[in-house]
Amino acid sequence: MGSKLFRNFSFFSATLSFFLLVGVFAILFSYAQEALHEFGFNFLWTEQWEPDEDDEGGIFGGYIPILGTLLSTIIAMLIATPLAMGIAIFLTEIASVNVAKPVSIAIELLAAIPSIIYGMWGLFYFAPIVQFVFGGNGVGLLTAGMVLAIMIIPFMAAITRDSMNTTPAVLKESAYAMGATKFEVIKDVVMPYSKGGIIGSIILALGRALGETMAVAFLIGSVMHTIGNMTDPTTSIPVLLANNFAEAEDLEMSSMYFLALILFVVSFAIISTAKFYFLGRNPSMKKVK
Amino acid sequence: MTFKNLVTAALITSVALTAVHADELKGRGASFPGPVYKAWTAAYFKATGKKVNYTPTGSGDGIKSIKKRMVDFAGSDKPLKPEKLRKAKLYMFPSVVGSIVLAYNLDGVKDGDLKLSRTAIDAIFSGKAVFWDDAIITKENVGLTLPHAPITTCVRADKSGTTFNFTYFLNKINPDVKVSKKPTWKAAKVVAGKSNSGVSANIQQIKNSIGYIEYSYKIKLGLPAAQVENKEGHFINPTVPSFQDAAKYATWTADNDFYAVIGDPAGATSYPIVAATFLLLPIEKSEMNKKVTAFMEWAYINGDKAAAELGYVPLPASTKEAIRAYWEAKKIK
Repeated sequence: MGSKLFRNFSFFSATLSFFLLVGVFAILFSYAQEALHEFGFNFLWTEQWEPDEDDEGGIFGGYIPILGTLLSTIIAMLIATPLAMGIAIFLTEIASVNVAKPVSIAIELLAAIPSIIYGMWGLFYFAPIVQFVFGGNGVGLLTAGMVLAIMIIPFMAAITRDSMNTTPAVLKESAYAMGATKFEVIKDVVMPYSKGGIIGSIILALGRALGETMAVAFLIGSVMHTIGNMTDPTTSIPVLLANNFAEAEDLEMSSMYFLALILFVVSFAIISTAKFYFLGRNPSMKKVK
Repeated sequence: MTFKNLVTAALITSVALTAVHADELKGRGASFPGPVYKAWTAAYFKATGKKVNYTPTGSGDGIKSIKKRMVDFAGSDKPLKPEKLRKAKLYMFPSVVGSIVLAYNLDGVKDGDLKLSRTAIDAIFSGKAVFWDDAIITKENVGLTLPHAPITTCVRADKSGTTFNFTYFLNKINPDVKVSKKPTWKAAKVVAGKSNSGVSANIQQIKNSIGYIEYSYKIKLGLPAAQVENKEGHFINPTVPSFQDAAKYATWTADNDFYAVIGDPAGATSYPIVAATFLLLPIEKSEMNKKVTAFMEWAYINGDKAAAELGYVPLPASTKEAIRAYWEAKKIK
């Protein structure tokens, strides 16, 4: 009896996530119908977001927020990936235990900071620094991307460190015994062994960067402007949704569901491509299965 | 338990919950009068023990909620035209007058130092003036040294009644400007923030910026604000007496449910960017409406001081009388 109950419960939990995924997609798709019919694929290239005076219609396009989302995520990934790898390698292979322990704890605590705090800190302390160094307004695409990078570094670093720690000492010792240098051990033993974990950490961080709302809302400037310059203010999909959801009606609401659908599909596509492409051919992951 | 039973149970619970909260008035909408409504509802509860719950979510949200009858009353900074009111079956009347200031962040330029002419304001927000030392701005500010730095304009990211009233003023200067709760700004450098507090934070943060915010935020945060040229060509500091002078020129009448945008009034001493904020009531709920008007009556009598302290302007006595007559006529008093 007990085991049957447990079996059913775990089966239920496992299928629930699948139904949630399908359900969310179906809702987004059906609510986006009005905008889909009105704008079709032109939605992707239209740079306007203008409700008309009575809030009953208008012209809505997703070009600027889609571009803003992708660019801020790319900036964040470009900055965060090498830094996070460096941190993880330092902690597992180079630092002594006395150093590694406090640094590890600090990184885990960084990951626990709520995103709104990053947003406030970014606006009041980081944005002026960016303005001083790169010019511009302080708030803008570059600031948002850099703070996003800071937010995802702890995730990537912590997961990468854990997976590097699983490299068996025997493998490393053998390599050293063969005369390999520290750099060669890291490059040829540790990195290949923990490849699955490293890519997993990058995917998780990418997912977080794509959907991050609060911190970016503080920092990106929230303006419907095509950017000509890295420091220009622009907007991203989650920020536009958060700013306009309470007030929107009819076609604008539907357009926002369309945007949400696009974000859903883009995240889904990126993450599943990354998963199938990289992890599908990874022997260490196959073993786990 | 079948699905039907579940639904019944849920319905009974929700009805029971509504009954418990029946004596609590619920309202939402405009954030512009949020601070004064908060002061009034708190004082009203202290004086009468009756609870009024107002959530400042934004004018658009207020209109949406009252159309769907989700709340007992709604606040909006944008008055609805009579035909729209009839269509949605709503009553409307003004509650209080507030003002919008142009706050700036310029090194060495103190509160009230900067004088902005009507053409300068239009030039800044339409992108015709790109730098602070543009002749159109410096002309009125001979004693000031304004930097040769680009102007960053701080605007609202969300749809807003404050924006509606500000663009109404801009439209009076330059008819090409569209009156809108969320226009597409044409200035060269624009940064948007959510709600009055978001715009204020951007102004504080960005050097050489200027933005439009509600007066109480200027007071609360100590931001410097400009003197603005009014209809008769005088430069007026944003102060409560100058708002009061402006409010005198509002022409409200019960015939069109007090529909009037009061921005840019006449008068030599009037501060030009003033705005009234309105309450919307559902026509069919006369019992509930009586409770709302009882609260407003209390606020009209006892709330003037609290409003003035927060930087709002109480309605002129004659307008209050007209509103009372309106309530009588609609039998909601």
